[in-house]
Amino acid sequence: MLAGDYGRSTRKAMEILTALGTIYAADRMVPVASVQIAGVSFDNLGEAGLDFLSEMAAGGGQVCALTTLNPAGMDIENWEALGIDADFAHNQQRVIEAYAKMGVVTTCSCTPYLFGNLPHFGEHIAWAESSAVCYANSILGARTNREGGPSALAAALTGRTPRYGLHLDENRRPGLTVQIEAALNGTRDFGALGVAVGRAIEARKEKAIPFLRGIPAATVDQLKSLCASIATYGGLALFHMEGITPESARFSPPDETLVIGQGDLDEAICSLDASLAGGEVDFVSLGCPHLSLSEIQRVAALLQGKRVRKTFWITTARPTKRIADQMGYTAVIEAAGAVFAVDTCCVVAPIKGRFKALATDSAKACYYAAAKNGFATRFLPFDEVIEEALK
Amino acid sequence: MKFTGRKISAGRASGEALVTTMGISFYGGVDPETGRVVEKDHELEGQTIAGRVLVFPTGKGSTVGSYTLYRLKKAGLAPAAVVNAEAETITAVGCIISDIPCVDHVPIERIESGMQVRVDGEAGCVEVG
Repeated sequence: MLAGDYGRSTRKAMEILTALGTIYAADRMVPVASVQIAGVSFDNLGEAGLDFLSEMAAGGGQVCALTTLNPAGMDIENWEALGIDADFAHNQQRVIEAYAKMGVVTTCSCTPYLFGNLPHFGEHIAWAESSAVCYANSILGARTNREGGPSALAAALTGRTPRYGLHLDENRRPGLTVQIEAALNGTRDFGALGVAVGRAIEARKEKAIPFLRGIPAATVDQLKSLCASIATYGGLALFHMEGITPESARFSPPDETLVIGQGDLDEAICSLDASLAGGEVDFVSLGCPHLSLSEIQRVAALLQGKRVRKTFWITTARPTKRIADQMGYTAVIEAAGAVFAVDTCCVVAPIKGRFKALATDSAKACYYAAAKNGFATRFLPFDEVIEEALK
Repeated sequence: MKFTGRKISAGRASGEALVTTMGISFYGGVDPETGRVVEKDHELEGQTIAGRVLVFPTGKGSTVGSYTLYRLKKAGLAPAAVVNAEAETITAVGCIISDIPCVDHVPIERIESGMQVRVDGEAGCVEVG
């Protein structure tokens, strides 16, 4: 591949992987059967990123592993209704087309594990998208480093990734026990837990993989919320959770212990939940990470026969939306005046300046709403987010 | 002086060194339209990296910085070569996709701005003077 026998895109891809292997002292490459690529929204990529992707596509590169895409900057089919301008839409389409030309499945979602890109325990993969990386490592027990856009694409074009970091047993050991002594109800609370644990890890001199104890049960929806949050606030690509995540049984809890009590959880919630002096919420969004089918069912049940009074985005993946269409949930939700923003989300869509305050159940969405778009945020339980839209 | 380090990105180039002891964030820290360092209070603030052999300890900041290097290259404003103490993902990937030679594990404190430097990304060598 390095000699260029498979074309210039594949050579470039192998050069990237070889350099990363050198930098991080990998002993060899491992085959990967699953890739998730970030660097899709034109808002993040810009003209330079688009040029690079177009050149890679023109160079004849073809993926040789199942490869899915992160959310784009807009709903690919329904962008006009979301207020996206035509220039942006044109450039975004060119990005998607470049990926499609290389054989990438253009699902445009941060939850590929919910529909068809589902690695098994112990499998080596190359994923970008911090929340999905954390989910794959922690909840599924697959093995990936936190890839960037170009390195994930390189893995897809070669079917390989350098073996270092989280591909190795010894780097997956927990270094800190986190004892949870607080009640966790729903996605918002699991997100708040990710904020508390993530910030505590960030504040340490040496990062450590946390071993969470004291959580009796968790749903897939709660775990995906925790993964997004703990990756955003702590830069973590892996945690273990006693009795719940598959690798937790391999380890005994580390001696060093951090206790997260109700007060810590409340503090994390308060830090993202602004009291909106004089202003009010003008944007409501659920679906960071993308909503699952069970979450869409819940939205439909709560919106049945009602009418929203604010801009309310439901962000999800197109395959999930298709099932919602089939089951009639979409019709109920749209009749209530909420809008499906498929293929995208409030983190990557170009919405700076359009709103002042966001209400959401997602700690990750709060982070980017403030940092990227300058919005105030209300950080509420799932059902209360829907109530906020109805106010 | 000749130093042998690690090959990070292939190619050969030479030019006048531009040296800093500070990390560089290409995304946000370098203006892709002019090639000037714009990071506030950076040692190189206001200087152009275009055509220079850019010598710095390591990269930092957003991974989008790889694409900034690519954009600089397309505009003819990229550094001729990069020499690092310790390369990281953003700079390495940026150099590779932009065909900028890059070598690391070199004693960069022995290189001064203004020196003529030849970088051989094939052999992993840096020659000064």
